[in-house]
Amino acid sequence: MLSKRLIACLDVRNGCVVKGVNFEGLRMAGDPAELARRYNHEGIDEVVVLDVTATIEGRRAFEATIRAVSSELFIPLTVGGGIRSESDAAAAIDAGADKVGVNSAALTDPTVLTRLSARYGSQAVVVAIDAKRVNHRFQVFSRSGSTPTTRDAVEWAIEAESRGAGEVLLTSIDRDGTRAGFDCELTAAVSGAVSIPVIASGGAGTFEHFTAVFNEGRADAALAASVFHYSEHAVSDLKRHLLQQGVPVRC
Amino acid sequence: MIALIDYGAGNLTSVRKGFAAAGANLFTPVEPSDLERARGIVVPGVGNFAATAALEGTWTSAIRGTVDRGVPLLGICLGLQWLFEGSDEAPGVTGLGVIAGRCSRLPQAGSLKVPHVGWNSLHMPRDSRLLHGVDESTQVYFTHSYAAPVTHEAAATCEHGAVFAAAVEANHVFGVQFHPEKSSDAGIRILRNFVAATRS
Repeated sequence: MLSKRLIACLDVRNGCVVKGVNFEGLRMAGDPAELARRYNHEGIDEVVVLDVTATIEGRRAFEATIRAVSSELFIPLTVGGGIRSESDAAAAIDAGADKVGVNSAALTDPTVLTRLSARYGSQAVVVAIDAKRVNHRFQVFSRSGSTPTTRDAVEWAIEAESRGAGEVLLTSIDRDGTRAGFDCELTAAVSGAVSIPVIASGGAGTFEHFTAVFNEGRADAALAASVFHYSEHAVSDLKRHLLQQGVPVRC
Repeated sequence: MIALIDYGAGNLTSVRKGFAAAGANLFTPVEPSDLERARGIVVPGVGNFAATAALEGTWTSAIRGTVDRGVPLLGICLGLQWLFEGSDEAPGVTGLGVIAGRCSRLPQAGSLKVPHVGWNSLHMPRDSRLLHGVDESTQVYFTHSYAAPVTHEAAATCEHGAVFAAAVEANHVFGVQFHPEKSSDAGIRILRNFVAATRS
């Protein structure tokens, strides 16, 4: 049976992890490659590296960081942040990324998804969607959640699939950073509308939140950052918990 | 030296890195005649079966000739599918045909999604050189929509809506539908087994 995937997200700024190590109010920067090594050892299924300032500052994800992280990993690595064109994607993939996450650029020009999937295959193209509840619908925001668009998350996911995206990385802006749980309703709405896998993101705080997003949210994968920093055994403890709850995971 | 065939389909960086971890450096042949010095051949590939059209003609005959000399061949993902006669994904494109049968799309059964993306377990009906040391039910990383039928060459099977060939082995011709270079320790073990086959 296909396992539900646990994905660790490293938010990187200037070569350092800036979010995630946020236990009891402490805020520390970490070395991305060191964290990737630890997560790999603990049994994480995938790693996502996001250059959180790339789009805003109009620059590419830090290639040296990608190279350093990918050298630690023999599991899939997705890179996002500032992927605007085929050449941006090529730079990330040449540096060791297996998949690229495209967000703002796809909203501006959806054909970028088609061009990337024609060149690298749809398995390498992840459409990243940031959505927020506005007037009883899920509105898509661009540019790291700063700019509202006219798009609806479910409709945009369907279009992105038809244009060549191979996975959806779906982030709830409402839940991001709150540790109040994933937005299961949003996740289920998108997951039920597309045939490509949906990665739920935003709001992970407890192990129960993961069970809920896999069962009620129908997520194929769940992404988190800070929850995996709680202890050295967070990934393996979470997997044991999910197995006990009947959620299939790799162990 | 093991040749890594670059026909423009996919990310070779990860494959190279995986083989480096398995103790082998790969070279990329520029012309089909470069295969004369190959002790092993790796055909990688992601995406559409149509991409393998780039191999039709001189590359296919050079690869076939090299395999006929006893040189081991490993097809990864699309590379496994290419070992068969063809695929419904691109009906006009001919595969290497060392294994009889055609690849077809995985069925969309119930709530299962196609493409099949993620970690799934291997069932091994028999011993094989390629999967030596890999335990039954080991999980490896897949990403594909089309799959090869289970024939007597199947060294491992997997199920996602239907049972398909996850690994094949016919003498010194090997193939894996999953990505060993992305399958953690088990994947590197499999690459090491192939490297060993090129040195025996």
